[in-house]
Amino acid sequence: MTLQKFLTEKPWVWSFAATIVVWVTTVLFTGGASSFGLSQAALTFAAFSVIVGIGQMFVITLGPGNIDLSVPATMTLSGTLALKLMDVQDGMILFGLMASIGIGLVIGLGNYILIKLLRIPPIIATLSMSFIVQSVAIWSNRGLRIKPPETLAGFATSGLFGIPNIALVALVLSVIAWVLLEKSIYGRWISAIGQSRFAARMAGIPVDGTRLVTYMLCAVLASVCGYLLASFSGGAALNMGSEYLLMSIAVVVIGGTAVAGGNSNIPGIWGASLFMFLVVSMLNTYGFGAGFRLILTGFIIIAVILLAGGKKSNR
Amino acid sequence: MKLSSGTIRLIIPAASLALLLAAVFYMQPRAMSYTGLNLLFNLAVPIALATIAQMLIMSVNDLDLSMGTFVSFCACVAATVLQTSPLLGVLIFIGAIAAYAGIGVLIHVRELPSIVVTLGMSFVWGGLAVLLLPSPGGTAPSWARAIMTAKPPVVPMAIVASILIAAVTHYIVIRSSFGVLMRGTGGNDRSVERAGWSVIGIRAATYALAGLFAILAGIALVGLTTSADANIALRYTLLSIAGVILGGGEFVGGKVSPIGAVIGALTLTLAGSFLSFMRISPDWQIGAQGAILIVVLALRLALNRLEKREKHQ
Repeated sequence: MTLQKFLTEKPWVWSFAATIVVWVTTVLFTGGASSFGLSQAALTFAAFSVIVGIGQMFVITLGPGNIDLSVPATMTLSGTLALKLMDVQDGMILFGLMASIGIGLVIGLGNYILIKLLRIPPIIATLSMSFIVQSVAIWSNRGLRIKPPETLAGFATSGLFGIPNIALVALVLSVIAWVLLEKSIYGRWISAIGQSRFAARMAGIPVDGTRLVTYMLCAVLASVCGYLLASFSGGAALNMGSEYLLMSIAVVVIGGTAVAGGNSNIPGIWGASLFMFLVVSMLNTYGFGAGFRLILTGFIIIAVILLAGGKKSNR
Repeated sequence: MKLSSGTIRLIIPAASLALLLAAVFYMQPRAMSYTGLNLLFNLAVPIALATIAQMLIMSVNDLDLSMGTFVSFCACVAATVLQTSPLLGVLIFIGAIAAYAGIGVLIHVRELPSIVVTLGMSFVWGGLAVLLLPSPGGTAPSWARAIMTAKPPVVPMAIVASILIAAVTHYIVIRSSFGVLMRGTGGNDRSVERAGWSVIGIRAATYALAGLFAILAGIALVGLTTSADANIALRYTLLSIAGVILGGGEFVGGKVSPIGAVIGALTLTLAGSFLSFMRISPDWQIGAQGAILIVVLALRLALNRLEKREKHQ
């Protein structure tokens, strides 16, 4: 296998290469003092992006036009309601998790009902859904900030052998997602639908069922992420999901999943999530203001997609 | 009389706007006046301009996720540089249009997904806006203020502006030969290319035109609000996409309608006013807006089915 072929077939290599470059540059600047803390923070925050990113990746794999914009609202609602339900009691932790998974299932089902029955393009269906979900979150939150149960907060903020627990959870979820995608018939089905929905239907694949499951899966991952994020940050906030809308799309695409669908990869999501976090912290370390930081982040995203996206010549 | 498919496409958005307007008038008869209408539709003008910009991008099968931050950036430029040194302000705007054309070329040449490139650009415009106006402030240029608060006889400014926008863009997109090429590129760019046109050029021009309309949206917004801040128009990204779809446009195939897009923007604006007249608690206002969006689209589906059934007979 030549190097070029390797790079084309494994597009996630790019995002990891970029991550390492950024990590080294940041650590060099601080004289190596920050390497442990930086890696830990990167793993923790990347983990949240990974969890929502995996869900978004499954949806994007379904083909052109498929995207879930309700991710931030789902995260907010799940975090808010789960903390409210658990009411700082340790005994309710599992119950809260079940509730947040339930919220995800309902929202995913609602999304697909809108898409299928009303034939609304997914981007608008999930947007309308997110408005409604956001309203429910505002109504149930009422500006109260309920703390997570102590054990749960402790779990979310600590780690095992120096690796944050959140990152371990994300890793387990990624492995499950990888098995689903690469080894199960379901994974083959979503790739087939993404490549050609018509051909998939002709081949006897249950297209509607598969799409329904995918939208539900995405919403469940978003709500689990909201549950963990609220526990990690000591309470739910109404805007806690907002930055994850663009983030979930960005990590999927930078990670090398084809935007046109039918081709996805999970390692790339990790690379892209770490990269996105490290870029911001690198620019912070170098003392850039908020404005320059945003501009450079934008240019770096475009640069990465320019480098990774030039597959045309090899086809 | 035989209706063209373009006209049928317009009936649903227009009907839903009329229905919503009737509901508002029923609940608040005082809105049925010059001032009332102006208040109802005032904020629609910048949204309509941004929707048109998004529609242009969508007509070549792309999507602009940086619309909201770009309009915010333009509003910041209008409230600061354009007001203090107009020449420099105009130069910045020309640069921004060139940047939009450049993005169009880049997306075409490297076959990049427009969603990601504009996503990256949204960070860039957001950053530039923060650099210009780190905290809310600035002053609207007096002429922008004068245009947006003008009081023409009989029909309020917001309506006049909407009709003007719809007429001008209808001419550009539907009647002019450039518009045909643009929509053709969205329909099948290969055949446009085979016919001897430069698709790169068409794309660059489409993006530049979209940039121009987004700039107008920023100026109009500042004219209404008198000052700006870096986050002033963030929600325009989603509003503009929703407006195009409400107006009967489609994501692919170059099927767009400028008149529909303006109507879609008006409907979205009116939905907000409608909800405050309904005395719906602020908690549920966003949710009800989502519900209205769903209802209108369901209506469109029902009418489309009816239309198909008639064709079969």
